[in-house]
Amino acid sequence: MSKRFTGSADGRPMDAAQIEANFGDIHPALSETQAMAESSRCLYCYDAPCVTACPTSIDIPKFIHQISTGNITGSAKTILSSNIMGGTCARVCPTEVLCEGSCVKNATGEEPVKIGQLQRHAVDGLMEMNVPHPFFRAASTGKKIAVIGAGPAGLSCAHRSAMAGHDVTVFEAKPKAGGLNEYGLAAYKMVDDFAQREVDFLLEIGGISIEYGKALGGAISLESLKAEFDAVFIGVGLGDVNALGLEGEDKKGVESAINFIEDLRQADKKTDVNVGDNVVVIGGGNTAIDAAVQAKRLGASDVTLVYRRGAEQMTATEWEQDLAQVNGVNIRLWSKPVGIKGNGKVEGMSFERTMVDGGKLVGTGKTYELPADQVLKAIGQVLEAGPLAGLEIDGGKIKVGDDYQTSISGVFAGGDCIKTGEDLTVQSVDDGAKAAEAMTRFLNA
Amino acid sequence: MADLRCKIGGVESINPFWLASAPPTDKKYNVVRAFEAGWGGVVWKTLGIDPPVVNMSSRYGAHHDSNRGVLGINNIELITDRPLEVNLQEIREVREEWPDRVIIGSMMAPVEENAWKTLAVKIAESGVQGLELNLGCPHGMCERGMGSAIGQVPEMVENVTRWVKEVVDIPVFTKLTPNITDILVPAEAAYHGNADAVSLINTVNSIVSVDLDAMAPTPTVDGKGSHGGYCGSAVKPIALNMVGEIARNPETRDLEMSAIGGVSNWRDAAEFIALGASGVQVCTAAMLFGFRIVEDMIDGLSNWMDEKGYQSIDDFRGMATPNTVNWNDLNMNYDIKAVINKDECIECGRCHIACEDTSHQAITKVAKPGGGNEYTVIDDECVGCNLCLHVCPVQDCITMKRVDDGQSHLTWPEHPLNPMRLAAE
Ligand SMILES: Cc1cc2nc3c(=O)[nH]c(=O)nc-3n(C[C@H](O)[C@H](O)[C@H](O)COP(=O)(O)OP(=O)(O)OC[C@H]3O[C@@H](n4cnc5c(N)ncnc54)[C@H](O)[C@@H]3O)c2cc1C
Ligand SMILES: Cc1cc2nc3c(=O)[nH]c(=O)nc-3n(C[C@H](O)[C@H](O)[C@H](O)COP(=O)(O)O)c2cc1C
Ligand code: SF4
Repeated sequence: MSKRFTGSADGRPMDAAQIEANFGDIHPALSETQAMAESSRCLYCYDAPCVTACPTSIDIPKFIHQISTGNITGSAKTILSSNIMGGTCARVCPTEVLCEGSCVKNATGEEPVKIGQLQRHAVDGLMEMNVPHPFFRAASTGKKIAVIGAGPAGLSCAHRSAMAGHDVTVFEAKPKAGGLNEYGLAAYKMVDDFAQREVDFLLEIGGISIEYGKALGGAISLESLKAEFDAVFIGVGLGDVNALGLEGEDKKGVESAINFIEDLRQADKKTDVNVGDNVVVIGGGNTAIDAAVQAKRLGASDVTLVYRRGAEQMTATEWEQDLAQVNGVNIRLWSKPVGIKGNGKVEGMSFERTMVDGGKLVGTGKTYELPADQVLKAIGQVLEAGPLAGLEIDGGKIKVGDDYQTSISGVFAGGDCIKTGEDLTVQSVDDGAKAAEAMTRFLNA
Repeated sequence: MADLRCKIGGVESINPFWLASAPPTDKKYNVVRAFEAGWGGVVWKTLGIDPPVVNMSSRYGAHHDSNRGVLGINNIELITDRPLEVNLQEIREVREEWPDRVIIGSMMAPVEENAWKTLAVKIAESGVQGLELNLGCPHGMCERGMGSAIGQVPEMVENVTRWVKEVVDIPVFTKLTPNITDILVPAEAAYHGNADAVSLINTVNSIVSVDLDAMAPTPTVDGKGSHGGYCGSAVKPIALNMVGEIARNPETRDLEMSAIGGVSNWRDAAEFIALGASGVQVCTAAMLFGFRIVEDMIDGLSNWMDEKGYQSIDDFRGMATPNTVNWNDLNMNYDIKAVINKDECIECGRCHIACEDTSHQAITKVAKPGGGNEYTVIDDECVGCNLCLHVCPVQDCITMKRVDDGQSHLTWPEHPLNPMRLAAE
């Protein structure tokens, strides 16, 4: 599959095979030849800006040089020692605003080096090699660590803690590990069950056990964990979504984009996923784009993404916005939802045109309607505060200090549930690893 | 438009671009295609005494850069593996069909006067405009006492050249091997044997890589490899030096040269000619890209000559020779410093780390307030070595600025710190 999607070839509904094919790899892996050619473009900068731009500070010039010398094992290890989810990050990072965006080649007007693709080449290469796990555990410290949530933050923390010699138990509410790697990232970025393959790879380090179906606030509480473990890490992500606050939001067909994507990611067959014919997606972030593009690829005739501000203000990156365009998603800007039509089941939505007035977004009074048999809400995720009772919350996120410690001593947190950089996989991996190091310092103190 | 006609060792050519004796000149089919493409001449693939040699399967190795660009290739091929008469008949045909192009017959024989003389006469009778004596092949043929086995013994170089000169009245080019310590020795031998010109260089003895699975040199023939002849752009610097040495050596400066070794484009050709060559021969570049590369060689050379105001090849031939001197003749008062153009700098840090780790710690790296680094040359520490300029990926971002007064001249023999300084008076 490529970045472009042109829809049905003959105007009829797409058949199952076509739909399945629509979810193939959006960025097919580099061939050996492409990887050699691309790696030789890297200037091997010193104190390179790409390294600074990467939240996990992967030594990019080094791993690319290692690809060019044919040292794939070494290259992958360079990546994974900074970012144990280098495989997922290579697939999903918005590289155009991270490493590739800061590549010095941009300054000469050349295309940046395809760092993400090269990273994938190295990590996939290692994972296919059938070699022992590249990292070792330090001598056992006898310390026990509880990790809540098996997303990128939790698993990264677990791996780094296991390496330090601690014994880790991960409590995960869902039946599978990986967090949004498994349930949220776009299907065409994570083909061939990569999320689970990466989890398996990560667990090869040993010393990590995962207990599924165990949720904080349900079967377990912070108190009980504090009593049983030497330190606790919270990596629960953002479990709730914002509501539109409109009448009729409970009508059939109005749902959270996150749930829609989760269904899609978990479906055995893509044709099992319930998708409308006229789909309206509300929001301007990557989740909105992912939902819209995937709805289109599932076979929706018309998908319209409606955002209340302009393209400049969308948090979706330029690459993501372009992706929506070349997949045939209609984008309507400067419009906010004001009403949901339909009788029990959604039939359409009405919008009011907006504009900025005196620095504030205001309605213009002009309205229009769009037919819709499915409305996907993607207007932001928020912390699910319930299970976190007792922890100090600040600006909608768990409050942590420089050492990732929460308001409760011995309880640490990282990932989307805290405020570090952007809510990105790579940031969560970095949080998890850094929190693990802080926990080790805490345990040794 | 510049006139590219030239005379090489007494042989007139429509341009200075000939194909060297090698697979591209192995038979009529290739040579006709080469002439169609525009090559001025060919040195036919080396002819020997029948029965023809037999070649192996797996013949070439390559030295790649990381982008699969070929820096050089090596080969373990022998001379032509077709009967002499077949080659001579084809030479006759092409001579007739392409009267304005040059065919030089390359030849090789054991070190016996009669063998060389008989073969030389046979080839000359086919109508070639000159003969080239292959005294350079560094693999296979040398194990039979030919090729570089002759080229490495100055007396044999002289004798073989003289024998051939005695029996033919067409120009004779002696092709030299670079697998010696001093190129002047065989060049002088060829001169004393009355060669009309020398062709150089033949291939450099080499192992181009080792297959780490087979644990054998490449190209690998059934699990084993042999040293072979290295050529292509990687050998150009070696060839340039040898051509330059012959041109500035009083004993050999009258010897004409057909320069060979890594010529890949018009600029390479111009460099060899500037160092004194009369024309060039090309093998690897054609093997890598086909005969069409000559189009830009012709076009590029003539455009450059027009820009420079050179009307003919002779106008610039040898112009760099007087400027090719011994180290002892260089001006030690000349002083240059690196200058980094900050507007062009992309902050890759390569100049800094190169100078910091391996040169003179003359480029500072200072974090800028808004992010990124600023790189600055410390003039007092810079020795003007050029390393930063070479590692910088941006064209003309780093330049060297002259800082001495430009007046005084001081060589090492005159230098006050030289314990063996020549008496000042
Ligand atoms: C649709 C979508 C697309 C995205 N696309 C990208 C992208 O392309 N690139 C990118 O870099 N980022 C993307 N992101 C963001 C990225 O997925 C997140 O930043 C990242 O997954 C956060 O990691 P985390 O470990 O903090 O949380 P999560 O991945 O959310 O993992 C949290 C884990 O904790 C578990 N959990 C939650 N509550 C409890 C509880 N009470 N008890 C026990 N377990 C619990 C959850 O089941 C989950 O497994 C996307 C996000 C979404 C929603
Ligand atoms: C495959 C191959 C075969 C060659 N065979 C001969 C030969 O038969 N006679 C000869 O004089 N030189 C032979 N050479 C050497 C070339 O003529 C030439 O001197 C050498 O390749 C350097 O030029 P280049 O760098 O342009 O290739 C051969 C070179 C190659 C690559
Ligand atoms: S010319 Fe040499 S010494 Fe001077 S700054 Fe450049 S690398 Fe350093």
